[in-house]
Amino acid sequence: MALSRDQMAIRVARELQDGYYVNLGIGIPTLVANFIPDGMDVMLQSENGLLGMGMFPSEANVDADMINAGKQTVTAVSGSSIFSSAESFAMIRGGHVDLTVLGAFEVDVSGNIASWMIPNKLIKGMGGAMDLVAGADNIIVTMTHASKGGDSKLLEVCSLPLTGKGCIKKVLTDLAWLEIENGAFVLKERAPGVSIEEIQAKTQGRLIVPDHVPEMVF
Amino acid sequence: MAGFDKVVTTYEDAMSGLQDGMTVLAGGFGLCGIPENLIAEIKRLQTKNLTIVSNNCGVDGFGLGILLEDKQVSKMVSSYVGENALFEKQLLNGELDVELTPQGTLAEKMRAGGAGIPAFYTATGVGTPVAEGKDTRFFNGREYLLEESITGDFAIVKGWKADRYGNVIYRHTAQNFNPLAATAGKITVVEVEELVEVGELDPAHIHTPGIYVDRVIVGTFEKRIENRTTSE
Repeated sequence: MALSRDQMAIRVARELQDGYYVNLGIGIPTLVANFIPDGMDVMLQSENGLLGMGMFPSEANVDADMINAGKQTVTAVSGSSIFSSAESFAMIRGGHVDLTVLGAFEVDVSGNIASWMIPNKLIKGMGGAMDLVAGADNIIVTMTHASKGGDSKLLEVCSLPLTGKGCIKKVLTDLAWLEIENGAFVLKERAPGVSIEEIQAKTQGRLIVPDHVPEMVF
Repeated sequence: MAGFDKVVTTYEDAMSGLQDGMTVLAGGFGLCGIPENLIAEIKRLQTKNLTIVSNNCGVDGFGLGILLEDKQVSKMVSSYVGENALFEKQLLNGELDVELTPQGTLAEKMRAGGAGIPAFYTATGVGTPVAEGKDTRFFNGREYLLEESITGDFAIVKGWKADRYGNVIYRHTAQNFNPLAATAGKITVVEVEELVEVGELDPAHIHTPGIYVDRVIVGTFEKRIENRTTSE
């Protein structure tokens, strides 16, 4: 069975470490915040200028001046800090964020990522995605393995305009955990009950399948 | 004291000197921390052919979105321009030009512009459509793009509290692009919720020192929420 959105978030959360500063993108990455292990201290960075993002506020505590990068009303945790957009991206671009999790349309075997623009469709902009992928060393891309029409999103060469070049090393799809090494996707783990053949069929880019590929356990 | 007194009492005075074809830098992220009354004054003035530099372009009917209604904007420099149907329409029929700029690069362009740095290198955007036509250079084996900084004829800024000298502090995440825009305008106009006595703000906690600010006006704000999310 393909992973649910929550299972994908749970799998990503296993990569967290105590004391990490983490930037979570919109969509599945946002769900990771719900699965931070008990007893682990993780601070969430929101690119509009907040380090230490908390939960959504109660109705009584909604404040128009307190939002996250998705323009949602949020709270700040004790020990948080708030700063300008230039300071926020100095943290991101300067490599100070320990882990970045974001979605994508396509990833390829060279570590290229396309996530912001589909030609001839409306272009809304890249927001902070290009800065995030250029600045972070430790990035996890979360996305479905193939489109609804069955087209692979793990490619030999990205077909869409790039968000960043050669910056992705780890990909979690609904079918597998893969790492990009020496111009190939290496299959590290598979979703429970998903066959290696299915993953091979849905991976267009070069795929290396080790002798033993463990199933994820939830 | 009079020499440093930046306070003006009417929005007409606040935006005096704005002309067709000028570049205006605006603070704000989404609808958070936007100078809503200064934007309304630009609409009232009906200034045309403006270039607006702002992370976003408001929404239909609020924020910078209202400047599109009478086609006052010819170019937007932004990182994200969703949430605005009129924007899409004017973009698609060629009435509006947009220069999509990565968010961190946009912030740094304003910061550098205000700091007298004409351009800087960044890895952001290398190998993407953003890099087209730009010089690149390798440092320590990595490729970087040369990005030019931005200054404006006007900067319009939303602060929380200011004193007459133009020292400003911002409230929570309404800070965002505001202090950066404030440094990079030839004329920087700050509208605030509250004017306080000179000396009342802790000097070590001032976000925008008065040297950057030309005019201060006190306004009242709607502070519309774009995406109201609660835990309940």
